[in-house]
Amino acid sequence: MVTRLSATFARLRRNHRLALIPYLTVGYPSRDATPTLVQAAAESGADAIELGIPFSDPLADGPTIQAASQVALKSGVTVAGALEAAAAARTRVDLPLLFMTYLNPILSYGLDRFCRDAHDAGVDGLIVPDLPATESAALRGAADTVGMDVVFFVAPTSNEAGIDAACRAATGFIYCIAVTGVTGARAELEASVIPLIHKVRRHTKLPAVVGFGISRPQHLAALQGEADGVIVASALLDAIARAPQDAEDAVRRFLTRLRPSS
Amino acid sequence: MSGTSPRPALPQGGRESLEGPDARGRFGAYGGRFIPETLTAAVEELTAAFETAQGDAAFRQEFDQLSKSFSGRPTPVYRADRLTQAAGGAQVWLKREDLCHTGAHKINNALGQVLLARRMGKQRVIAETGAGQHGVAVATVCAKFGLQCEVYMGVEDMARQAMNVYKMRLLGATVRPVQSGSQTLKDATNEAIRDWVTNVRATHYVIGSAVGPHPYPLMVREFQSVIGREARAQMLEETGHLPNVVVACVGGGSNAIGIFAPFYDDNVRLVGVEAAGRGLESGAHAASITGGRPGVLHGSFSYLLQDADGQVVATHSVSAGLDYPGVGPEHAYLHDTHRADYVSVTDQEALDAFHQTSRLEGIIPALESSHALAYTMQLAGKLPAEELVLVNLSGRGDKDLDIVRASSE
Repeated sequence: MVTRLSATFARLRRNHRLALIPYLTVGYPSRDATPTLVQAAAESGADAIELGIPFSDPLADGPTIQAASQVALKSGVTVAGALEAAAAARTRVDLPLLFMTYLNPILSYGLDRFCRDAHDAGVDGLIVPDLPATESAALRGAADTVGMDVVFFVAPTSNEAGIDAACRAATGFIYCIAVTGVTGARAELEASVIPLIHKVRRHTKLPAVVGFGISRPQHLAALQGEADGVIVASALLDAIARAPQDAEDAVRRFLTRLRPSS
Repeated sequence: MSGTSPRPALPQGGRESLEGPDARGRFGAYGGRFIPETLTAAVEELTAAFETAQGDAAFRQEFDQLSKSFSGRPTPVYRADRLTQAAGGAQVWLKREDLCHTGAHKINNALGQVLLARRMGKQRVIAETGAGQHGVAVATVCAKFGLQCEVYMGVEDMARQAMNVYKMRLLGATVRPVQSGSQTLKDATNEAIRDWVTNVRATHYVIGSAVGPHPYPLMVREFQSVIGREARAQMLEETGHLPNVVVACVGGGSNAIGIFAPFYDDNVRLVGVEAAGRGLESGAHAASITGGRPGVLHGSFSYLLQDADGQVVATHSVSAGLDYPGVGPEHAYLHDTHRADYVSVTDQEALDAFHQTSRLEGIIPALESSHALAYTMQLAGKLPAEELVLVNLSGRGDKDLDIVRASSE
């Protein structure tokens, strides 16, 4: 089945272009900022956008996303509010949108209801960092009903069985974790991510997208020709945090500096 | 009892190893392994190491030997005559885990898991702690074996349990203050998991309660069930009967699962006592089963205190060790299957039981255990004099003196 994600990656592969996937916490830096920031990112070289639904206990996230999540929660962002923000963003952009959130908020909302409402809002995929492939049957079923992609992770510590399980369960792409650790901008890209991508290639034809720690143009250059895309989260939120009054400009400047050619 | 007449045959029970969870770590619908992929291989390695150790006589012998010589086991059961008299009904018996080395049952699991960490060749051990009893227990066992130990603790808990912070430092551990969220046990657990995600190859994470991803709830039950096995045999020895009721406090639920599990097959009522804080209706409590609904936190599916949107809510209990929004998945299962009953008592009721036990028995109980005592006194008064109620006195109250003193001023 052709989805927005599969069509996007097919087009980028033909053009030998790395997908640039910025992450924005819904409701950060202010409650209603998200649709505008999505549009700014789309106009600054983003090929898809990950929207984080804030959770009180984001245990795979470092200080940047923890802080952004707290700001968003304090401003009153809910799952329903995130669905509205995604729907508003969808009226402005045509690129793939993915939700990133922990399991409990969507479990509480109801997995079937969440997948249906996310689909209706124009969201194409889901990323749930505390849901390994081995526990994913219920969400996978709910997502399949509406044609929603579900992305799973592989990590530097994954064994072959773990990589195989993630590649079998995933649609859309495989999220390759670049560091042994939590999210957060890093100066250096760990070399171990390249062999991890190679392992993924042996299990699936799905695109391999690298995230965690990506913050600099050199990281993108090092992954060009190896990965199919990168996710940039904490470094982008850090840029917004430095200029919360002009978050839109911060997003544009950060993304065009990260990939000047676009 | 006459020395010549043979005792009636009584069920032996107290199995060495108990049923469940299934291979996926599920107790019914509860439990599982909801963790970031980075931890998956480590948790699988831990599961394999635990299973191997369980089948290894040398491991069990070392655990039993050190439980005796280092932790001070077995702990006695004690007939609390003046509490019994005050309650005016059933006999009240206490399982004296407060007499363990470091002052609480936490040493049982700390010893088991640190022995396991050594078998896995992990040189660094991390832990979360609320009241500090688990942190002190892990720091103690790490000191004994010369392992590097770091303990995450919320800054609010560091303030209210300052003596335990000092103890951990004396024992050579590093205490890492946690500023995020409510600055209590939940947030300390988040930070410990983040540390583990980052340092997983060389680090073992000693979870202190019957929570977390599989195999932790199983592993903690197995290391803590020494409490129930001893108590069961001791009650038979001392009274010729099994207790009619076993009562324990429940935060995450490690002392409760430890005393409950060996009684599963017996006709014994099991009661878990949660922290009702300022009252269930106030919202300021930590009663996950009696006041929450199922959800996922810290790697497993169980009862959870959460808002309508699935966000984990701030909890309150006068007892730092019970101040946690989740509960072990096996307790969720015992609740749903009605094998155990879960009730709650307020801060004030626990404080009253703290004072009552101190004055009537000469035993200063931990505020956590005082919750179990408070319910026991209510219950025992309604039961006939020939019935026996066994309470897990999970820890001693030295750590709580500042809180109790402040509450009475």
